[in-house]
Amino acid sequence: MARKKISKKDTPKYNPDAKLPETMTGSTVYNVPFPEDLSDLKKMSPIIVKYPYQIEYIHSYGQDSPFFAALTRKKLLGTRCPGCRYTYATPKYHCMLCGSECDWIELPLAGKIHTFTTCYFGSEAFLEETPFHLILVEFDGVDTLLLARLIGVKEPGDIKIGMKVKAKFRRLCELKPTDVYFVPAVDE
Amino acid sequence: MRDVYMVAGGVSKFKKARPDATFQKMVKEAFDYAMDDVDGLSRDQIDGSVASYFSDHFTRQLMAGIMATDYLGLCPKPNKRVEGGGATGGLCFQAAWEAVASGRMDVCLAFGFETMSHVQTWKGNEFIALASDVNYDYPVGGFYSGYYAMMVNRHMHEFGTKVEQMAMVSVKNHMNALYNPYSQKGGELSIDDVRNAEMVAYPLTLLDICVMSDGAAACILTDEKTAHRLTDRPVRITGVGTGTDAMRMADRPHAEVPLLPHEKKSDYKKLKYPGIHSFRAGRMASIQAYKMAGIKNPLREIDFIELHDAYTSSEIQTYEDLGLCRYGEGGTFVEEGHPFLPGIDYKLPLKNKGTLPVNPSGGLIACGHPVGATGLMQAVFAFWQLQERIGVHFGDDTLQIDGARKGLIHSHAGTGTYVTVSILERGW
Repeated sequence: MARKKISKKDTPKYNPDAKLPETMTGSTVYNVPFPEDLSDLKKMSPIIVKYPYQIEYIHSYGQDSPFFAALTRKKLLGTRCPGCRYTYATPKYHCMLCGSECDWIELPLAGKIHTFTTCYFGSEAFLEETPFHLILVEFDGVDTLLLARLIGVKEPGDIKIGMKVKAKFRRLCELKPTDVYFVPAVDE
Repeated sequence: MRDVYMVAGGVSKFKKARPDATFQKMVKEAFDYAMDDVDGLSRDQIDGSVASYFSDHFTRQLMAGIMATDYLGLCPKPNKRVEGGGATGGLCFQAAWEAVASGRMDVCLAFGFETMSHVQTWKGNEFIALASDVNYDYPVGGFYSGYYAMMVNRHMHEFGTKVEQMAMVSVKNHMNALYNPYSQKGGELSIDDVRNAEMVAYPLTLLDICVMSDGAAACILTDEKTAHRLTDRPVRITGVGTGTDAMRMADRPHAEVPLLPHEKKSDYKKLKYPGIHSFRAGRMASIQAYKMAGIKNPLREIDFIELHDAYTSSEIQTYEDLGLCRYGEGGTFVEEGHPFLPGIDYKLPLKNKGTLPVNPSGGLIACGHPVGATGLMQAVFAFWQLQERIGVHFGDDTLQIDGARKGLIHSHAGTGTYVTVSILERGW
């Protein structure tokens, strides 16, 4: 809304009648007690108010962006150090060991479970998805691991360390690391 | 570098929620308790302070450190905040040590707090999980209990660690906390109680995991001359060590074990280290602290340990990092009874009870874990143990370890990203 233009003439320099507009947006509290004697105030219960706390956050994947672009092409990217050949399943653009700038490489779409868990609770953002299975995947010829979801198993008892898994991709990408997930690469 | 002593400490009662007080007032409670414990120390003798709190999200107040500092009446003297996840308290303790050791201050206050009750538990878990890579880890299902569950599943796979051994840690720490009035939730539990509790992240149940808390703690550190003037029972800080590791568990290398003085290379012929089963930062912190304190064999030389048991599994993993037993033997170490207190009946068959009590206070699992206060709480409990004044402060001396001369405190962040180890000894 455009601001109403106020001419200097209409407004007195000092206005003792100035008043904030009243709104209906404050905390809703009924019957706040207040003692006659101020010394009783130290015994007062705390006043607790609740308000929403939400933001739209702008996050750049920065130098990791190619990993997410590749997910839209059903490819899994890692990085490899051209100097020491250390190979990262979860991309690192600079090598932790020698500091060189790494190159992007395509990872195999099959690996093994290094470890796992099943989450029955979780952070609020993922609570509706519980229970879900998390795994760290190891790939042949790759030095580090990749965190991912595992589906296609029922219970933690069905998941074994060393079990072969293969990557699958969401058709409708969300540009999140969950665009790739894993399923068991074993038959019953 | 000068010798540094601890002369006083205080802790607010750790609770699920403290709606009656803001963080400043909780810090004030801990601070006043510490100040009242030494005659002859007034605020004007304090040269500066270090503030410890972990999460701006929980506090929703930037620069909270200065608000506690002004509430304590310590402006305009130096203050800064240190932060390093779960190890924030341990880092704060060491920052105060640095201030005195360097000669910059003669008296330095380390204070810490966290107010975790301001959001509900699942939102709290989300805030905590932001301490994992937000590009690759957090969006997959960020949940610290899930991360630790993955680590212990690999520990079980490598070494044969059992869930019942983890449950024994929970039984021990909950039972110890029954005698600690500052703790949030002591209890008499059985192994079955722990295993039958609600499953949170397989194999960790609700009773394998610490709880969120509101609380504060304070420690006063001084130089040698001031310490002996203020108290006849000063506690000397004889060793400090700090280790780090990559934020992402996925990035942990598979290399050789950094050895402690009492270990041999042949102990770990086939072990790929640290992988995700062990904490390299904890090992590095131990190596440094033991070297500085002249400790050759921690199991024989240390009288008790307060360590960061955010999970029963991480207590077992930490026995190994600290060299109380070899890597892989942490489960057996607790099963045989070594970390239990000798004078308490845990209703468990324990062959070698009380060799080296671990978490006599009840640890994080039972005391609670108001993150920024936790590492300082450990220092306060260790300080009282060494002064042999547990009975005075707890109103019950069940948890007092007779003749305790040397204690270790251990603070731990992330999935083992920052770890501090500090050695405290009788200084009189």
